[in-house]
Amino acid sequence: MTVEELAVQRVTGTGVAVRGNDVDTDQIMPARFMKEVSFENMGEYVFYDARRDAAGELNDHPFNRRTGASIIIVNKNFGSGSSREHAPQGLMRWGIEAVIGESFAEIFADNCTAMGLPAVTADQATVERLQAHVEEHPNAGLELDVERARVVTPDEEVTVEIDAAAQEALVEGIWDTTAIMQANLTATQTVARRLPYTGR
Amino acid sequence: MSERTLYDKVWARHKVADLPTGEDQLFIGLHLMHEVTSPQAFAMLRERGLEVAFPDRTFATTDHIVPTEPKARERPLADPQAETMLQALEENVAANDITFYGLDSEYQGITHVIAPELGLSQPGMTVACGDSHTATHGAFGAIGIGIGTSQIRDVLATGCVATEKQQVRRVEVTGELPAGVYAKDIILQIIRTLGVDGGVGHVYEYGGPAIEALDMEGRLAVCNMSIEGGARAGYINPDATTYEYLAGRPYVPDGEEFDALVDDWESLRSDTDAVYDDTVTVDADGLAPQVTWGINPGQVVGVDEPVPAPADITDPTARTAAEKAIEHMGLTPGDPMAGYPVDVAFLGTCTNGRLSDFREAAAILEGMSVDPDVWAVAVPGSEQVRAACESEGIDEVFLDAGFEWRRAGCSMCIAMNQDALGPGEVCASSSNRNFIGRQGDKAGRTVLMSPAMVAAAAVSGEVVDVREVAT
Repeated sequence: MTVEELAVQRVTGTGVAVRGNDVDTDQIMPARFMKEVSFENMGEYVFYDARRDAAGELNDHPFNRRTGASIIIVNKNFGSGSSREHAPQGLMRWGIEAVIGESFAEIFADNCTAMGLPAVTADQATVERLQAHVEEHPNAGLELDVERARVVTPDEEVTVEIDAAAQEALVEGIWDTTAIMQANLTATQTVARRLPYTGR
Repeated sequence: MSERTLYDKVWARHKVADLPTGEDQLFIGLHLMHEVTSPQAFAMLRERGLEVAFPDRTFATTDHIVPTEPKARERPLADPQAETMLQALEENVAANDITFYGLDSEYQGITHVIAPELGLSQPGMTVACGDSHTATHGAFGAIGIGIGTSQIRDVLATGCVATEKQQVRRVEVTGELPAGVYAKDIILQIIRTLGVDGGVGHVYEYGGPAIEALDMEGRLAVCNMSIEGGARAGYINPDATTYEYLAGRPYVPDGEEFDALVDDWESLRSDTDAVYDDTVTVDADGLAPQVTWGINPGQVVGVDEPVPAPADITDPTARTAAEKAIEHMGLTPGDPMAGYPVDVAFLGTCTNGRLSDFREAAAILEGMSVDPDVWAVAVPGSEQVRAACESEGIDEVFLDAGFEWRRAGCSMCIAMNQDALGPGEVCASSSNRNFIGRQGDKAGRTVLMSPAMVAAAAVSGEVVDVREVAT
């Protein structure tokens, strides 16, 4: 794919609010589903346990009620714990195209960027207002403008924070860094040779 | 920004280029790998027709899905998914000339246990692994970072990650640990103080007299749980303890080459006038054994302290989180964790699955019996740890007390093999995460603590202050 095709300038769609601080990646993707050697089915397993009651029946979890949503709105320290990319892969394969939250765990945010999935932050009051908006007006829709770092709803337009490097990577379509770094192979080998330690 | 810290020096040494995004291209000197997060990365490599750039710097083992019951390790594994996953790793390492310590190796074990004991992890390195506990290797004065699968693909294909330099927080641990209180208690106290997201945007440099007094295994336990505090990496400046541990290990050069390395490692220590982005102090004097009461590793109290009451918490979101934790754990606010009944005792993991951990627990278990209502499981972090324990007769102490004695793996820390909590069971655990569902059933409950505290809980049938059990 070309950088134009990979570029993520804006995400538009309906939203889903998953409330609570410290939603760890074990909750987003329980470990037992990581026994599959591909990410293909992860969309089916996202929030698997949280979406079911003690008897195993689907409960009223937002992901059960808001199928079709493309923007998830979360609170503080979302994606903490395990580095499993299975978590953001599951969100993306379920249909999520952008994440708005109060804050993210570092590895989770890096995984999102490495997958071309925007993860932006806003203060607590703004996030809670956006959550209330999508809960009260599930079909109203909203837009994340990555380039301008703005979230637009029918009620308001707010500024969000996005890591400058992630923003550049998304807007320019250069979030897949393999080819870019591979082009620096000679410089990499020079760095490797200069190190006082080798491999085996 | 920080200046003249070990982090700054190691970063400068490994930086390859400025990327167009504004990130740095950072060379990874040691890439560790396990079966769960790597198959998708190899698949991406194959799709793109790419090869592994630095197979000589890549080392793999199998830990997450392996059975720990000795007879269950026969191939094919009983769980077809686990067998498929293990075969995928075996094929990938063979096709790409990657060193692999598999189930038939005397060095098999948890990635973050075997790399230190093999001498693979050394001061001044950059270490990456598709596992959040890669911070463990910071105990040597290395930068260890956990990465996701897309970044594993990058490291495989290019030897590098695209990343940004972070702020450096000095975590100064003053004083001296009392008897019966361990490295695990220090790190739980740090996370309790700074919060589970306190380290976001930072790496932690642990130092001060209580850190310097720790042996390497204690330092590994501290750095291991950096991620539980939100810090992607944590490290300790190398010193004589570090060099003594490394000397003579399989991947560590000897003779003059070793002496030259020590000189280099000394030069990497943070300078006395290093600049930190901030400094926090935690006191080890008078520290009590720490235990978790909730569902994240920052919900910690001293074993005799009252569990906090949600009603006393002013921030509404934090109050909701505490209410959820109290409900999940079935606790009464105001009661201490001492006396909380346990069903399972689990000893092992990349945090506390090393020889000293089993020695400390064995010292408690000697001549004692596990409570008849407790299922107690000891899982050495590596086959080398198991062998060392067995040569000291530690396995006999565990077996005589009523523990099961297993083979190496991640086991009930993540419950991807047969070892798991059942509904409602409470586990006294030497692991690192008390998240809902982490150890198996989503109604299972985890209380994190030191290995000695796990042994004390096993014999008492409830959470107890190990200092009251120790003989």
